[in-house]
Amino acid sequence: MTAKRKTPVNQPISTRSDWSRELIDQYYKIIEEVAADFGLDTYPNQLEIISAEQMLDAYASVGMPLGYNHWSFGKHFIKNEQSYRRGHMGLAYEIVINSSPCIAYLMEENSMTMQALVIAHACFGHNSFFKGNYLFKTWTDAEAIIDYLLFAKNYIAQCEQLYGIDEVESVLDSCHALMNYGVDRYKRPYPISMREEKERQKNREEFLQSQVNELWNTIPNKITTEEQNKERFPSEPQENILYFVEKNAPIMPSWQREIVRIVRKIGQYFYPQRQTQVMNEGWATFWHYTILNELYDRGYTTDGFMMEFLQSHTNVVAQPDFDSPYFNGINPYALGFNMMVDIRRICENPTKEDKLWFPELAGTNWQESLSFAMKNFKDESFIAQYLSPKLIRDFKLFSLRDDERETELHITAIHNDSGYKEIRQNLSEQYNLSMSEPNIEVYEVDVTGDRSLTLHHTPTNNIHLADTTGEVVKHLHKLWGFPVKLISTNSEGQQVELARCPVEESEEKARG
Amino acid sequence: MQVIDRRLNQKNKSTVNRQRFIRRYRSQIKKAIADRISQRGVTDIGKSENISIPSKDIGEPTFRHGDGGKKQRIYPGNKEFVAGDKIKRPPPQGGSGGRRASDSGEGDDDFSFQISSDEYMELLFEDLELPNLKKNKLKKLVNYKTIRSGYNTEGTPSNIDIIRSIKGSMARRIAIQMPLKKRLKKLQTELSELDIINYPSKKQELLTAITALEKRIKRIPYLDTFDLRYKNFTKLPQPTTNAVMFCLMDVSGSMDQKTKEMAKRFFILLFMFLKRSYKEVEVVYIRHHTQAKEVDEQEFFYSQETGGTIVSSALVLMQEIIQDRFNPLDWNIYAAQASDGDNWNDDSNTCHKLLDNSILPKVRYYTYVEITDREPQNLWHQYQHLSDSHQNFAMQKITEQNDIYPVFREFFRKQSMMTQLPSRTKG
Repeated sequence: MTAKRKTPVNQPISTRSDWSRELIDQYYKIIEEVAADFGLDTYPNQLEIISAEQMLDAYASVGMPLGYNHWSFGKHFIKNEQSYRRGHMGLAYEIVINSSPCIAYLMEENSMTMQALVIAHACFGHNSFFKGNYLFKTWTDAEAIIDYLLFAKNYIAQCEQLYGIDEVESVLDSCHALMNYGVDRYKRPYPISMREEKERQKNREEFLQSQVNELWNTIPNKITTEEQNKERFPSEPQENILYFVEKNAPIMPSWQREIVRIVRKIGQYFYPQRQTQVMNEGWATFWHYTILNELYDRGYTTDGFMMEFLQSHTNVVAQPDFDSPYFNGINPYALGFNMMVDIRRICENPTKEDKLWFPELAGTNWQESLSFAMKNFKDESFIAQYLSPKLIRDFKLFSLRDDERETELHITAIHNDSGYKEIRQNLSEQYNLSMSEPNIEVYEVDVTGDRSLTLHHTPTNNIHLADTTGEVVKHLHKLWGFPVKLISTNSEGQQVELARCPVEESEEKARG
Repeated sequence: MQVIDRRLNQKNKSTVNRQRFIRRYRSQIKKAIADRISQRGVTDIGKSENISIPSKDIGEPTFRHGDGGKKQRIYPGNKEFVAGDKIKRPPPQGGSGGRRASDSGEGDDDFSFQISSDEYMELLFEDLELPNLKKNKLKKLVNYKTIRSGYNTEGTPSNIDIIRSIKGSMARRIAIQMPLKKRLKKLQTELSELDIINYPSKKQELLTAITALEKRIKRIPYLDTFDLRYKNFTKLPQPTTNAVMFCLMDVSGSMDQKTKEMAKRFFILLFMFLKRSYKEVEVVYIRHHTQAKEVDEQEFFYSQETGGTIVSSALVLMQEIIQDRFNPLDWNIYAAQASDGDNWNDDSNTCHKLLDNSILPKVRYYTYVEITDREPQNLWHQYQHLSDSHQNFAMQKITEQNDIYPVFREFFRKQSMMTQLPSRTKG
């Protein structure tokens, strides 16, 4: 190793594995320097040193420093605590929060090497991703999230005092069931500063109810029934079910509307993270790897430090084969890291194949190209754009078709010339959230009749809905206050009712 | 960059959420506890407990994709496949057979976690209460505890609350000085604006007034008796917190180890339950065959005896011990008797008399468990009369280990619905 090393001009920062506040400061300074040399643009950093118990706490609240109280967080906490205590699960070395300042947790159990790794990974990798990626820029307001969470926590606690824990809990249950249906997938959200939320909230209460009242105004007006029948409400199907409920539920108390809004907003905040897992982790892993190697080259770290770092890094980016007992899907760290490394390789040392596949990339400045990729893509498009034949070969990827109408599984593509494109496309689709989540929209509300709400499910590849569907419809019914039904189109193009709540009514009708 | 050490911050951020979880699934958890209590080792009762509740009960439903349809997935690590290969569908992932297996597998997949011994006790003894607490309470108010209760304007100097007194003094001084100071200020401005040359007498007048005012302000005392506040103490009557529990057990030849084990479980439950209400619980173990003897725990549960049974011998001994060491005015006395129901026929009558006349009037609660699967015998019938006439006497039959907890709950079910009849004893 020493042979390869450039002549070190600096003294190693530390030689032992214990960490101290001073050492963290020193490492941070050097890493910051190196990161700046690589042109990483970040929010300010805040490092918080926490214990294992606090890490478990942070897990339960998805890393959020403060959240409202709900039993489901307790469940996750208990689950994590159990598996941690039994040794089934190691704790993540770090959690990082997309806020400004960007908060990164360092666990006290970590060695100095691990702390340095976390600083490079979280404070510069994830942080620059949060600041640069278009989805985060569009969907989240890093400056205001902590304030908003505080507002949400207090508001919900206040509701609990006013209306009782059970009442609030049941509203939250229902909202959580629909949390993934509280985002506009295509429409850009209006980036309001959440700091104003509290002032707005009061006005909103009154305003919203007046809007709703208008919709449900029962005083007969001049429009003939015929005209009314023609007009469907909503005029276009709505994908954001929670938003629709918040704005249009006929008899929902205003505090419940506010809770729907809170869950929706928090869902929206996490939406970019769900869409950029491979990229985000890949980017952060790539940078901790690059930065720490640079540190070594500059003489700041020892061989022992690098051995420990590399061992941990190798574990993180390991990809077990599909037939391995450890296989648990494609490891986003492995895929993301290798794709980032591969982009750098294509820029610096393109092969003939690369020049053919990535003419616009080969031979360019790798830092600029990588930064461009980080800023302007999400997992789905990132894979479609940058997955190279070399990586497909390295990972030995193959595509498998599982069609219930066929008795056997089909291998449709492997890592060869005829398979690269198909594999790339299939993998990209695998990361498309709208493919992995059922497509369900608000289709119609019976405004003049029984106020019932109709949802439409458009099946993807004939995949059925899981058996929890009925429960979710019940939850929606609780929020909406009037009958809710879910209609799907089957493979023959016929409309079938999948679920309805309340159920009794349909039976009564059938009898009547 | 900022480094914040949060390690000393509050650790249990999730405590509330955890409690919410337990609160929500209380009934399931209680059921799990009731199911497990009979399986616990005797020494484990009272430790933390592993709880399992079915996963499906605690699921959070969402719209999800289920089985079926067409799925195209990418996998890593190809070894021998080429495009166009067909593989048999592996059973666990698809097919009807595999589905069934995974379905039932899911049912078994319980959500298990640990609750602390405090939470365990809380759930174990929920809705239970010590009966007949109210009746003697007033009589038993023998101890007093001195507690703080606000402030007083009178008291001994040692009880002066300095901060309160100084606060009062400041308030009083500000209140009294304020109008005077205002007037003083007014006069001073008047003096400074005065045309001194033209009105010398006026100046003198003003000066006199100012000095007078200043003197008055100075005369306001710094601390007045009026300001003094004394910490106030009152005596709060405290109910006695001493309890004694008598464990009476038949150890004659007919009681085998298994029966004794069941009795022990019952005694331990009772002990833990009493522990929750009383600071100190003393335990007196009395075992008997034809003779009764006070013994220690080890001997009580594990030494084997043979011979006949005279229950009254234990009652006599208990009565003596109460007389010697546990004055009913100072002690809350509880007794639990376990037996397989065997007794000399003539003796049951004696037992009845002893309990009726001298023991039951002195104890808070007397429980009798008969651990047997035979028909009740003479002792049971005699005792039945007692349970009719005494509120603080209860009896139940246990045939197997699973009965212990339900029977225990039966004994201590909250009796708020029952009318508190005065007991018909002569005590």
